[in-house]
Amino acid sequence: SPSSSLSLISHTQQLSLEEKVSFIKLLARQYTVNIMPIVIEQPTVGLSKVALSKTHGEDSPYFAGWKAYDENPYDNTNNPSGVIQMGLAENQVSFDLLEDYLEQHSEASSGGKGAPGFREIALFQDYHGLKSFRHAMATFMEQIRGGRAKFDPHRIVLTAGATAANELLTFILADPGDALLVPTPYYPGFDRDLRWRTGVKIVPIQCDSSNNFQITPQALEAAYQNAETMNMKVRGVLITNPSNPLGATIQRSVLEELLDFVTRKNIHLVSDEIYSGSVFSSSEFISIAEILEAHDYKKSERVHIVYSLSKDLGLPGFRVGTIYSYNDKVVTTARRMSSFTLISSQTQHLLASMLSNQKFTENYIKTNRERLRKRYEMIIGGLRSAGIECLKGNAGLFCWMNLSPLLDEPTREGELALWNSMLHEVKLNISPGSSCHCSEPGWFRVCFANIGEKTLEVALKRIHNFMAQRGKEIRT
Amino acid sequence: MFRLSCKLLSKVATSDGHGENSPYFDGWKAYESDPYHPINNPEGVIQMGLAENQLCFDVIQNWLMNNPKASICTPEGVDAFKEIAIFQDYHGLSEFREAVAKFMAKVRGNNVKFDPDRIVMSGGATGAHEMIAFCLADPGDAFLVPTPYYPAFDRDLKWRTGVQIIPVVCKSSNNFKVTREAIEGAYKGAEEANIRVQGLLITNPSNPLGTTLDRETLKSLVRFVNEKNIHLVCDEIYAATVFMSEPNYVSVAEIIEEEDIECNPDLIHIVYSLSKDMGFPGFRVGIVYSYNDRVMNCARKMSSFGLVSSQTQHMIASMLSDEEFVDKFITESKTRLAVRQQYFSMGLYDQVGIRCLKSNAGLFVWMDLRKLLKEQTFEDEMALWKVIIDEVRLNVSPGSSFHCSEPGWFRVCFANMDDKAMELALTRIRNFVLKNKDIALSLKKQCWHSSNLRLNLSSRNLSSRRMEEIMLVGMMSPHSPLPQSPLLQART
Repeated sequence: SPSSSLSLISHTQQLSLEEKVSFIKLLARQYTVNIMPIVIEQPTVGLSKVALSKTHGEDSPYFAGWKAYDENPYDNTNNPSGVIQMGLAENQVSFDLLEDYLEQHSEASSGGKGAPGFREIALFQDYHGLKSFRHAMATFMEQIRGGRAKFDPHRIVLTAGATAANELLTFILADPGDALLVPTPYYPGFDRDLRWRTGVKIVPIQCDSSNNFQITPQALEAAYQNAETMNMKVRGVLITNPSNPLGATIQRSVLEELLDFVTRKNIHLVSDEIYSGSVFSSSEFISIAEILEAHDYKKSERVHIVYSLSKDLGLPGFRVGTIYSYNDKVVTTARRMSSFTLISSQTQHLLASMLSNQKFTENYIKTNRERLRKRYEMIIGGLRSAGIECLKGNAGLFCWMNLSPLLDEPTREGELALWNSMLHEVKLNISPGSSCHCSEPGWFRVCFANIGEKTLEVALKRIHNFMAQRGKEIRT
Repeated sequence: MFRLSCKLLSKVATSDGHGENSPYFDGWKAYESDPYHPINNPEGVIQMGLAENQLCFDVIQNWLMNNPKASICTPEGVDAFKEIAIFQDYHGLSEFREAVAKFMAKVRGNNVKFDPDRIVMSGGATGAHEMIAFCLADPGDAFLVPTPYYPAFDRDLKWRTGVQIIPVVCKSSNNFKVTREAIEGAYKGAEEANIRVQGLLITNPSNPLGTTLDRETLKSLVRFVNEKNIHLVCDEIYAATVFMSEPNYVSVAEIIEEEDIECNPDLIHIVYSLSKDMGFPGFRVGIVYSYNDRVMNCARKMSSFGLVSSQTQHMIASMLSDEEFVDKFITESKTRLAVRQQYFSMGLYDQVGIRCLKSNAGLFVWMDLRKLLKEQTFEDEMALWKVIIDEVRLNVSPGSSFHCSEPGWFRVCFANMDDKAMELALTRIRNFVLKNKDIALSLKKQCWHSSNLRLNLSSRNLSSRRMEEIMLVGMMSPHSPLPQSPLLQART
């Protein structure tokens, strides 16, 4: 009978709500009866607030562009009119150096021919990390800074990527509801990494083009006051140096001001130096470590550095992140917390070998810088000849492009409309400044190290044509 | 001078939630300061507090030598280096997920299938447990966990999440089986204290008991969570260490497909890892397998904080897709574990009259030393434990660190050493008991029930070959992936 079927359908847990409604409608047609669906919904089981929140940040246009690329990826033979990916800050310019190294040093493999030590490696889960690897990382970080700062291997804590490192530090330095001050524009992933599971807030330090987006003492103070007004306790400042998305290093005077500021306020300073090896000219990068060294490490217990091999070595898949803290308690606690996110011992072993070879690393660092610089000059030159100016940059895998003259209206909506055109007409995935919380509309981050030179030429040509077309439209 | 007060760090950072002040770790420290080595330090402490599986590395190394392409560092495999090194998609390599799904099915005798698209990575099972807690519970919410349980759950479930654990007390009177009454009691207690229970966490096979849940108990747990509309998290990290076919292993994955059970799949989540079954704790291969789409999607996003190294994914994918190797490995591993467990537990029993809980899985035995306590208190348990470390020179784990409600039980790991070290451990125990007349007397006073595997044996030198024969008797069944022995015909 219709009523018993109805009852059966209503109570079954195997069907979704939509399926139940469809079945009931079918039933109704069969029995030519006007049935009001009485569907008893199963109470959905509760998930956490963290799980239900949108703080994972994936609804941002930053990621929408990636999806467009995934659906229609450029390939110079098979899909020459596809979307070129310029929204992914990856470094693929120096892989040949890594491959050559591996071919010549096959003992670097754990589990390769002969497999010596496989057992020891497979069992190694000590959260102190492989000693040889920590030492190699410390040395590598020193080399990148031209020996101008020293790193103690015992202060290095290993995590599965900088993503984990930034979240972990946040858990240690701040309580839920507290705030971290972050200069804008900043890496969109911070919204998730610093806030999602930690419950910590980000209060922006507003920077603008009037002074090339540099952090000023006024902006710092304003952000601090802003947080206080919102009843948030500020626990620290987090900077990225060199900056993502600006592609520029932070000046010495600004670093000094930052150190001064955090000392006065008695808060922490986290310096994400993930792009430190991607500075085109070694002497132009000043690490916070150097500032501390100049001060004899007097103010250092509040300073923590995040690093990773994902950008400088182009190995994002290997999940190699580190926290370097001058604070003993932070080191100990971070090390304990790293249990949730250890680096695979297999990977530690491979990289320990590679990074301990100083001849290799010196050559790599030098060559990588040079290739990035050339790539940068190529894109800057190409954009300039198309009538587009960029922020003067000296580091990173991207340039910060100014398209504000092209906006229909100087608003976020105007910027997103232009971004849409770039994505669907010009078929370039670039990242809109608003996804980086930039206060001025019209700026875009354009990555140049994750594609080959030929592809970059194609991209520049497309931009050229786009600008020429726009020029015509404006004139007519 | 800069004064850094503790207020400058978070509450999480300054709390004890890391759990390292537990006696569980004191024993490790004792071992680390004086570790046994057959040549360099024969008097050192033997580590029996670490649940690791070191019995089958020869099998694995052999495979690796014959499969150089599994590594991206060998001349044969380096072509894949670039593609693997840039792969950071949190979905994980599809071949990795497929291989793991197949492996998980094989370990369960292919009685169930696992969907590769539901496989979510995490930083080991440690990362998986924390991740699941973040998905399923808010700060202040609780999980019910049967005791005794793995000590690090206190850190993994609670430390950064703010979630609580409510113990479900299990007793030796019924071999520590979890009962409906105990769970109901714990749940009611939580309600009365105004604590919201979000789920039940079980470890099956159990750490530290080494036992598996029988089908009826598992069904009753599934019914319970459905009645209360709470989650069921099953940690199946020891699934491939079930070395007896009777009782056989039943995974929650099988239960929810049974016809007489009405289960909302949204409630069911499995935590898995390769750290115990394969012996790869260093590789940090943790898996969250949830039947709930929202949880799966959320967990996948969270896995960004603990992805498996693509280098490791690549190797594991290669290794676990070799079905012949996997079958051989699982069989060999179970056999060696069985021999080890029987040798050790029967050695204890025959030589010094020490009993262990009857177990069919795991990398450890749950040893009963209640008769050696002057008084049944945890202080006496600690005192006895100190004696075991200092005089017998073995690191074992006291039951109190597992939140056991009764003093006198100890977890003793047997799979992280070679045969010689195992013999030495037994010898030390024997010598210690002989030297201490009152201890020998206490043990003699026990009345034993004969185990169905007990045969007349000379108590001293149990040759391992004879032990293998004995082992095979209790273990053969058509469903067990263990080798059939001609002895089976002779004895049964």
